[in-house]
Amino acid sequence: MTQLYHFHGGVHPPTHKNQSTRSPIATPPLPSKLVIPFHQHVGSMAKPLVQAGDYVFKGQLIGMPEDGLSSAIHASTSGTITEIGMQVVAHASGLPDLCATLIPDGNEAWIERERHNPITLPIDEIRHILRLAGIVGLGGAVFPSDAKLRGGKHHVRTIVLNGAECEPYITCDDMLMRQRARDIVRGGDIIRRVLGADEVLIGIEDNKPQAIAMMQEACVDRSSMRVIAVPTLYPGGGAKQLIRVLTGIEVAAGVRSTDKGVQCFNVATAYSIYRAVAFSEPLLSRIVTVTGNVQKPQNFEVLIGTPVDELVAWAGGKPDTTHHIMGGPMMGVALPNDQVSVVKACNCIIAASDALFPPAPPAMPCIRCTRCAEVCPQELQPQDLYWFAKSKNFGKAQEFHLFDCIECGACSYVCPSHIPLVQYYRFAKSEIWARDNDKKAADQARERHEFREYRIEREKQEKADKLAAKEKAALAAKQAAPVSDDAQQKIQAAMALAKQQAITPKNVSDLTPQQQAEIADIEARRANSQARAQSDAGT
Amino acid sequence: MISALLVMAGIAIVLGAVLGYAAIKFRVEGNPLVDKIDAVLPQTQCGQCGFPGCKPYATAIAAEEADINCCPPGGEEGIRKLAELLNKEFKPFGDNAKPKPKSVAYIDENTCIGCTLCIQACPVDAIVGAAKQMHTIIAADCTGCELCLAPCPVDCIAMNPIEETLSVWKWKYPVYALSPTP
Ligand code: SF4
Ligand code: SF4
Ligand code: SF4
Repeated sequence: MTQLYHFHGGVHPPTHKNQSTRSPIATPPLPSKLVIPFHQHVGSMAKPLVQAGDYVFKGQLIGMPEDGLSSAIHASTSGTITEIGMQVVAHASGLPDLCATLIPDGNEAWIERERHNPITLPIDEIRHILRLAGIVGLGGAVFPSDAKLRGGKHHVRTIVLNGAECEPYITCDDMLMRQRARDIVRGGDIIRRVLGADEVLIGIEDNKPQAIAMMQEACVDRSSMRVIAVPTLYPGGGAKQLIRVLTGIEVAAGVRSTDKGVQCFNVATAYSIYRAVAFSEPLLSRIVTVTGNVQKPQNFEVLIGTPVDELVAWAGGKPDTTHHIMGGPMMGVALPNDQVSVVKACNCIIAASDALFPPAPPAMPCIRCTRCAEVCPQELQPQDLYWFAKSKNFGKAQEFHLFDCIECGACSYVCPSHIPLVQYYRFAKSEIWARDNDKKAADQARERHEFREYRIEREKQEKADKLAAKEKAALAAKQAAPVSDDAQQKIQAAMALAKQQAITPKNVSDLTPQQQAEIADIEARRANSQARAQSDAGT
Repeated sequence: MISALLVMAGIAIVLGAVLGYAAIKFRVEGNPLVDKIDAVLPQTQCGQCGFPGCKPYATAIAAEEADINCCPPGGEEGIRKLAELLNKEFKPFGDNAKPKPKSVAYIDENTCIGCTLCIQACPVDAIVGAAKQMHTIIAADCTGCELCLAPCPVDCIAMNPIEETLSVWKWKYPVYALSPTP
């Protein structure tokens, strides 16, 4: 029995997970269209490689990763690209982003694929494959996996595979572990090999006994891999919380877990890593839980780009649905409409109705009961953060470690005054980021302005110097000329000077006698040939 | 007793020397207050405050010759920061100075005659072009100061408000009904 540790706080919201685990993962029919955004990951947007009218194969690269942190985008099935343009995407803002619209032809015609042996493939090659396969963290963070596998200055000893899935309603990782445990474990092997880690710990909350059993069976022959059941406690699936529970390592504020020798991957990411490396299958689909106000809550293997309304229809959406939530009820965001498409970050779609999610009672003033501080897994003081965010005192909020908040919503969940605390934290964070950017822009403008002033000053100085030099030369010429009051002479001197300045090219002044001789030689030859040309023309 | 006095006097002399040396070694060049104020100003260099740039306005504020509510691009937030820095009361904008939405200049490249007048006006060198060639604006460097509008003889420069995109989107301040305590 492994010793487990505890993290601070945590809550026990009703899990609602049983509804969607009754039937296995289903594959829905091809949707009528796919809308594939080019920016589904952390980092810069992928560069579109296709145009409207192009035919694409399933798995074809349609968005090239930019330099630096970025990831690739692929056609999820074969068909015709009908449009590259701005469309509303699955994001809380409801703003449009660049997307490719793909009309499937129904053939599912794959591009050519190769098989690789993940045990012998060079490590650089693996990273390259993952980058071009568009593999990103599927737990919701969508951080490019190739960057995570680059390893920092610290050696990673322990890999944590995150199968905790602590959020209510979501069961996609649970079903994946039940049905595809072997491939997850093989993905874990690849991660361990690339990072050169000693052990892989697979953390699964103890409310998923079937997933635990399947995973245990899958890694029974691996001494370096262990499945560990962790207590069910929200947010036990947070990376920092799971690392703490499994290893006892406290990842302090602003420190990366790799600095402590631990790196955390979601189980679905491990699965996709294996499929990409061994079978050249890019990230074209993911498991999505469709639950809430639907007739048949279930997990689907959904092509990236599938419209949410078609997906919900397969699960039997009920008419009194008010809106859809992407993610879980604690950390998810309300979708701007139900025509947006499934993206790589989308692990769950909850159809919301007033019966399931009654509108929050009106908020009341904070009574400083500190219940929020008791449950905060990051050991923050949510009531103080709320106060500072509300009064837009951002400096103070940062001082109280606002950026350590993982937006888990545990504090809002227990708040007796029903204050939407997390909304305040999100507001404060994005406001601080915007300010940082403004500050950077101002600094850049100041620098450019100062450089311009310096340049103008320098140009002025150069002009003045030139003028002074000219005056000096004129004076010298005047002195050299025979002193006479005759105006004619003066003018002649000035003209001579001007002539001399005008016709003496700079590049023949102060040459060595040898160079001058050469020039004379060339001139003579030139005159010679000119004369000959003339005489030729004459005859 | 004497030795104690000597020790204390010795310490005092040593510390005095250290302080004196530090005052020379680490002397702050320029006026630190002006720099602090300048750091808060948005560096648009637009002159809407009535001074020929951000630094001159900062100098005027430091000398108590200008009010803190004269910089429209800084917004109310800017006034708040200045008030905090200078320990003054917050003061709203007057009627003549109202902040506008952030914009960048855009040159209509079909109309531009390549006169270079706007290049000379731009305080941050955000316009590229040469005589009789079409000019264009480096949007990333443009501060939206509008100084290039007036010199253009063919009025081909327009200010376009910066659109909200996904990369600059911000979570809004939560607005919800606050029920009074009974
Ligand atoms: S739980 Fe709510 S009421 Fe209590 S201290 Fe926290 S924010 Fe205030
Ligand atoms: S949302 Fe942030 S402040 Fe609230 S409990 Fe979670 S980590 Fe703590
Ligand atoms: S391009 Fe025009 S508006 Fe932009 S910074 Fe230069 S002068 Fe100001």
